[in-house]
Amino acid sequence: MKKIVSPILGVLLAVSLMLTGCGSQSATSPSAPQAEKTLIEGRGGDSVSLDPANVTDGESLRVTENIFDTLVAYKPNNTEIIPSLATEWKASPDGKEWTFTLQDGVKFHDGTDFNADAVVFNFQRWMDKSNPYHTGGDFDYFQSMFGGFKGDKGCVIADVKALDKTHVQFSLTVPQAPFLANVAMTAFAIASPDAIKKYGDKFGQNPVGTGPFVFKEWKPNDSITVVKNKNFWQKGLPKLDKLIFRVIPDNTARLTALQSGELDLMDGLNPSDAATVKGNSKLQLVTRPSMNVGYLSFNTTKPPFDNVKVRQALSMAVNKKGLVDAFYNGMALPAKNALPPSVWGYNDAVKDYEYNLDAAKKLLAEAGYPNGFETDFWAMPVARQYMPQPQKIAESIQADFAKIGVKTKIVSMEWATYLKKTKNGEHPMALLGWTGDNGDPDNFLYVLLDKDNANPPAASNISLYKNDKVHELLFKAQITPDIQVRTDLYKQAQLLIHDDAPMVPLVHSTPLLASASYVKGFIAHPTGTERFTEVSIEK
Amino acid sequence: MLSYVARRILQLIPVLFGMSLVVFAIIHAIPGDPAMVILGERATPQALNELRERLGLNQPLYMQYWHYLLQTLGGDLGESIRTKKAIAQEIFPYLAATIELSLSALVFAAVVGVNAGIIAAWRRASWFDYIAMLVALIGVSMPVFWLGLMEQWVFAQKLALLPSIGRYNARETIHAITQFYVLDTLLEGNWAGFWDVVKHLVLPSVALGTIPMAIIARMSRSSMLEVMKADYVRTARAKGLNEFWVIYKHALKNAMAPVLTVMGLQLGTLLGGAVLTETIFGWPGIGRYINDAISFRDYPVVQSGILVVAFFFVLINLLVDILYAYVDPRIHY
Repeated sequence: MKKIVSPILGVLLAVSLMLTGCGSQSATSPSAPQAEKTLIEGRGGDSVSLDPANVTDGESLRVTENIFDTLVAYKPNNTEIIPSLATEWKASPDGKEWTFTLQDGVKFHDGTDFNADAVVFNFQRWMDKSNPYHTGGDFDYFQSMFGGFKGDKGCVIADVKALDKTHVQFSLTVPQAPFLANVAMTAFAIASPDAIKKYGDKFGQNPVGTGPFVFKEWKPNDSITVVKNKNFWQKGLPKLDKLIFRVIPDNTARLTALQSGELDLMDGLNPSDAATVKGNSKLQLVTRPSMNVGYLSFNTTKPPFDNVKVRQALSMAVNKKGLVDAFYNGMALPAKNALPPSVWGYNDAVKDYEYNLDAAKKLLAEAGYPNGFETDFWAMPVARQYMPQPQKIAESIQADFAKIGVKTKIVSMEWATYLKKTKNGEHPMALLGWTGDNGDPDNFLYVLLDKDNANPPAASNISLYKNDKVHELLFKAQITPDIQVRTDLYKQAQLLIHDDAPMVPLVHSTPLLASASYVKGFIAHPTGTERFTEVSIEK
Repeated sequence: MLSYVARRILQLIPVLFGMSLVVFAIIHAIPGDPAMVILGERATPQALNELRERLGLNQPLYMQYWHYLLQTLGGDLGESIRTKKAIAQEIFPYLAATIELSLSALVFAAVVGVNAGIIAAWRRASWFDYIAMLVALIGVSMPVFWLGLMEQWVFAQKLALLPSIGRYNARETIHAITQFYVLDTLLEGNWAGFWDVVKHLVLPSVALGTIPMAIIARMSRSSMLEVMKADYVRTARAKGLNEFWVIYKHALKNAMAPVLTVMGLQLGTLLGGAVLTETIFGWPGIGRYINDAISFRDYPVVQSGILVVAFFFVLINLLVDILYAYVDPRIHY
């Protein structure tokens, strides 16, 4: 043994000395060609799958957005629709038939042709549960955005057919005005039919699209690498040669990595670190336009919240500006509508309830509660982008409510139970929020405030708010293809909702990102997924 | 000896069986329907039902356990609810990453800890002894999270000496053959890559190895103090042997047995307890894999992941016990 131990210790000692001395070496290896432009984005979590149709999480869609194309796309900074794989589209007057004209000559990364048949193949795969390639996941987004699968009662798409090589026609069972916005979602990107046939349920690990970048490698929980698509249909793009998505769960560690040059761009900056980034000339702060809402819901079926005056009085007792300053470091907008201002149809004419405790108290007395009342106040157990510290936000609102005599007891429970019980309408009032999917007002107002969605145990309108006039407007907006008409309808609905005050829209949070100052052309998209086609590195 | 090893290996079976039962009970005792957690704000009753059906969550608990047991005995670790990939296949890179980090942390802890302990014992009650033991005390009490962030701040951000995140420089390519990157780069003859991987190991290894280092240092010191009083040490000195050889040749060997036990136990802890370090340093290890799975209620991953870690823990203990016999020939099995 003695013969072994001392040499071992000697070697270990030598290794440790080597390790301590190793810092003097340069961080970059000489083998890297200087010309290659690589961008590394740091993010908090890994992707689940790279089959866009089979995921709903932002971390997966963020990557697939750069590998695939959709028929139509969103503008780089908002959710207006622009051409992509389809150059033109047309809806029939009754809104039940949509015809898309496709680009000619586009190829998938595997060299096969993109054409009308490929579009039909993809839609058939998503919508038909008996399709042999309906594998690799549950196609949740298809189900929720198009009302179910083929044969389900609510399924919106009746049929998809290729008219010729460059024309596809969709027949809908009912007019669906948000149809175009849905088709633009990253989840409904067109994948190579050959690759789907080849990889089957492993397609999510071998994605093949027509997008600006080609999938190269995935090291689980570590990094995903995509490289430039040299045959991309937008000539001369993308500007980067390589794009790497790297997982660093801790927000602070991620910022350190950005500062030390190990990352070029990071998502999920702590609002409290915004000043650090602003004060560093080598970095730049990027703000993502908000597409979410954090709200306080009143259960309109339970007294005293069935009384509109009570709801209005409480609406006056919430200091939204104070919440934004205290819990969002100013990186949020006080909300007056459930709809965020980044989505078209937002009604800026709505005048928010002014924070005024005296007026609130007076209105409460008018409602028959001069001495206030006692109630439970449900607060979510988990942080969300729209609600970073739900318990503390609840405490802050609680303090203001106490000043007008409304004594609340904060109640919390495990997240899944919380969701289940709020969907079942068991709460008197509860904190919750929503992040938009497709940038269509319908995705906020219909989901959160229409009577169709106010049915326990599956209410997404957890205020159980039912107003026939509002329903009429929202329903009409759902089946009218004309965007101008729809805008008017949504604006009217927001006024009615404001008067009824079924919820207090609290804030629209604006997520923060940071990048090195040499990163040019990066625009954060409200949906949370952006393309790197125009992004470049200019050192 | 052989019969002892065989007996110990057989003992693994009830341990792992018990382990699987405990893990299954705990994960199912955590409130929260996995289907609801997975679907979140968008859950509809139909989707919930379909998902529960697919995951087998509609069955009674004992049936779920029975299926899980049969499947595990058949060598199948199951499929992740979240990624839908086979766990046996998915888990290996994570496991390799953690083993590489743990071993490297143990090397750091052993080299620094043993030597500090020896010198502290040799120069008992000297300033070195006091400082070393004070550092050890601080080391044991140090929150890994804080230490990791401080290391990054000083060595990556301020001094720009060492990389702060990940296992390698993402701008370069590493061909993962064994998933142990130190080995992979060597096998490839990629020296720049090897150096890069080693550098990436430094900060997390020090963060992870600090607590074991402190424990090992204290253990080595007290063990050495005992041995240094022994007759044969006096004899060695009496025959005029250089003090260095007295310590490293004669005393150390006899002082090693308890230290070895501590090292073995620490390695086990390192394997399962690296989740904080892995989070701070963006290390794609098994701690984070299981941790993510818990928050996602990914039952199969939690069950199989913990089982695999437990297996290694028990295996290391077995190896330490066997190693004992070599260190101290008086021990017989």
